[in-house]
Amino acid sequence: MSAFHAILLRDLRVAFRRWSELAHPLIFFVIVVTLFPLALSSTSSQLREVGVGVLWVATLLSSLLALDGLFRADADDGTPEQMLLSPAPMTVMVLAKVTAHALVTLLPLICLVPASAYTFNIPLAALPTLAVALLLAAPTLSVLVALGAALTVSLRRGGSIVGLLVLPLTAPLLIFGTRATDLSVNGEPTTAPLLFLGALAALAVSLGPLAIAAAVKVGIE
Amino acid sequence: MTDRALLSVQDLAVWRGERCLFEELHFDLGSAQLALLVGANGSGKTTLLRIVAGLGVPTAGRVTWKGTSMTELAAAERAEIAYRGHHEALKRDMTVVENLAFHSALWGREQKFDGVLAELKLGHVAHMRARYLSAGQRRRTALAMLKLQGAKVWLLDEPTTNLDSEGRAVLVEWTRRHVAEGGLAVIATHQPDEFAMRGALLIDLS
Repeated sequence: MSAFHAILLRDLRVAFRRWSELAHPLIFFVIVVTLFPLALSSTSSQLREVGVGVLWVATLLSSLLALDGLFRADADDGTPEQMLLSPAPMTVMVLAKVTAHALVTLLPLICLVPASAYTFNIPLAALPTLAVALLLAAPTLSVLVALGAALTVSLRRGGSIVGLLVLPLTAPLLIFGTRATDLSVNGEPTTAPLLFLGALAALAVSLGPLAIAAAVKVGIE
Repeated sequence: MTDRALLSVQDLAVWRGERCLFEELHFDLGSAQLALLVGANGSGKTTLLRIVAGLGVPTAGRVTWKGTSMTELAAAERAEIAYRGHHEALKRDMTVVENLAFHSALWGREQKFDGVLAELKLGHVAHMRARYLSAGQRRRTALAMLKLQGAKVWLLDEPTTNLDSEGRAVLVEWTRRHVAEGGLAVIATHQPDEFAMRGALLIDLS
């Protein structure tokens, strides 16, 4: 457990000392979300119809932007070798890294989404559901992104390949996430899609670290 | 394998495509023994050390620690082995002390650094970020991590790179003490004379 703590604290510390890099995905998100109302003819009902989808897709794309540093920086300085040799289990250490990454990249993004919902004239009553759906989708998204980053760490320019690997896998998140938000906009019960998102999160958190740890080990050899 | 062999390398071979780096490599190390690994650039010193550490996979043969294959060690046994390669595993945005604290935590060791920092003359840069250190100071920090880990086996890949004569003297002294206290060490080096001591095993890969 102390290894989990040590890695979480270390990654958070390093991330905050390079805070300008943290801002990139957020700024990207804001730009994408602002471009849509400019591109579409801006009757409020039309914006509301596409808004939910745009917010979710922009979130997925922005989260991809932040993944490069997740394992690359470590791999460059030889830290994964020391982690692999240390007595702590690799899955726990991987989980710590993914948690730290989610806290500094996804959490600010999720805070930004309800604020941007205003741009699309999405009713205030739907915002709590939107936030809950995003929070439930975050663990799955982090694990998928981390898996992509771990698999491509030995490639010099892995960024674009990660997008091709990870984006198709995020389809369930997009489907259940937009469904929950849409239902909530129309004032209908949203339990079912939210439960699906929760189930996916449980699956990702329990099995994801095993897969990521294996990918990191392959990258070292 | 003799009775007192703890670290045992058996019939090891590594092929890179058509080229054979080494084959039928065989040596045993027991308590208080030092092995010096020499050979030209590209002769496979790093490859061999990584395999001994359990980071690489040989084409044939196996490496065992106390009879267990390196890649199947339990956590407690793995903690007895320290590997220091060309990369120092320093986070450039953290200070020397923060880096040491992280590595100590990883191995569940005490967070006491004053002694080792003084011995390596790193006291004045202890709270400086690693990105501002010179190459030699980075190497000294890596040696501090090695010392703090307190492992029984040291696997060092050209540890004197970038070190000045004083730094090399500290490392040689540490190695002598480590071996005298019953430790094992495998050191890849281009200057085997520096580490020469009675009973040291010389492994020439070229």
